[in-house]
Amino acid sequence: MNWNWSVIWEYLPRLIDGVWVTLELVFLSGLLGLMLAVPLALMRASGNVWLRILPFSYIFFFRGTPLLVQIFLIYYGSSQFDLIRESALWPILREPYWCAIIAFTLNTAAYSAELIRGAIQAIPKGELEAADAFGMSRVLKIRRIVLPRAFGIVLPAYGNELILMLKSSSLASTITLLDITGAARTIIARTYTPLEIFFAAGMLYLLITAIMIGAFRLIERRLNRYQHYKAPEQVAEVDPRLVD
Amino acid sequence: MDLLGFGDLLLQGTWVTIKLALASLAFGLLFGLLGAAAKLSGFWPLRALATLYTTLIRGIPELLLVLTIYFGGSMMLMAVAEQFGYTDYIEISAFAAGVAALSIAFGAYSTEVFRGAIQAIPKGQWESAQALGMTPLKTFFRIILPQVWRLALPGLGNLFQVLLKDTALVSVVGLNDLMRQAYVATGSTKQPFTFYMAAALIYLGLTVLATLTTTWLERAADPASRGARA
Repeated sequence: MNWNWSVIWEYLPRLIDGVWVTLELVFLSGLLGLMLAVPLALMRASGNVWLRILPFSYIFFFRGTPLLVQIFLIYYGSSQFDLIRESALWPILREPYWCAIIAFTLNTAAYSAELIRGAIQAIPKGELEAADAFGMSRVLKIRRIVLPRAFGIVLPAYGNELILMLKSSSLASTITLLDITGAARTIIARTYTPLEIFFAAGMLYLLITAIMIGAFRLIERRLNRYQHYKAPEQVAEVDPRLVD
Repeated sequence: MDLLGFGDLLLQGTWVTIKLALASLAFGLLFGLLGAAAKLSGFWPLRALATLYTTLIRGIPELLLVLTIYFGGSMMLMAVAEQFGYTDYIEISAFAAGVAALSIAFGAYSTEVFRGAIQAIPKGQWESAQALGMTPLKTFFRIILPQVWRLALPGLGNLFQVLLKDTALVSVVGLNDLMRQAYVATGSTKQPFTFYMAAALIYLGLTVLATLTTTWLERAADPASRGARA
């Protein structure tokens, strides 16, 4: 077996084109998924049984089936119905790119909704009661207290979810998209150097994962900065020169 | 289940999926235990190796792993065989490649689960076993491992769910599993939604079954809490 470094350098630009597609898929569907997950989580945490049943079955289906099946259901499955083929949605559902975005969005929304629900239920009851005592309406309480607090709590877990999403995004290559994995597969079809190119692709994924972990640490410090807060007196005890 | 005459095919595929999941689980548990033992060992090269293994595997997509092993594995095996004078072509079956990829991935994640479980056992138990004159190996198998099972079960249950769903990826390299058979049925009936939905529901059934089994095993492994509930 001859390990061939030059083939990696030669095709690296094509792999990097794939990096942009991968990042687009992850961040676009991550954002849309979050927008869908928040109302789902709020419904899931509600006291009304009938309101809980819809998000429950949605989450049950999307967490219980493989993502590959979900992608194929949307990409191939939607063409089975004439109603869809003749509707205004068809130009979107015909494109593998949008099908991948839809599948990833629906999938990540199900997982994130569970995370956010956990975070909502982890908010200390006293804070919600304090909001009630101030006379906040339900909507105001959710907007000012519940959601900001839940985001701080959910962030570490959401970072993990986004990394899982990054890895799942490789499935987009099965419906002809040229993300990192897709680009690697087309390169290999030409050069037949699977080990070298897949190795390079794997390193690119690792690099993105490392950057994402670092970025989430920074955001976490910022969002949960109350945990690191030191009062001026405390700082002055350490060194008076630090307080101005 | 008839499904335009393709019900049997889907059931055959389901059976392949189950076999793939269970075989990968067996090897994955082995890799996980070895990984955890390496991570907790006092010998630093072993620790470094285990850390490299978990970081690397957890950072790359499972699909990439499946593809690498399927397409690159035979090249690697042939290069090794060549050293021993064997020069014929070696081909890796999709099933073998799937088991290898999925168990390596499962092993990387379960390494952390096992490590956490082993570390959760109080040190005093090691010390009392030593006081009774047990060797470290005997302590591990008689005292630690039976408790690790109970502590690791919830984590392992979650990982098995992930594994079960990841088996669908092996269809990409042509294994005749449930996903692939749904694809085949789609080809001749032109009813993709029907068959992928049928496959989705079968996967859903399998994950529900896996959840129920895990819950049952958790109860069986933890008689103390069972008594407390009654």
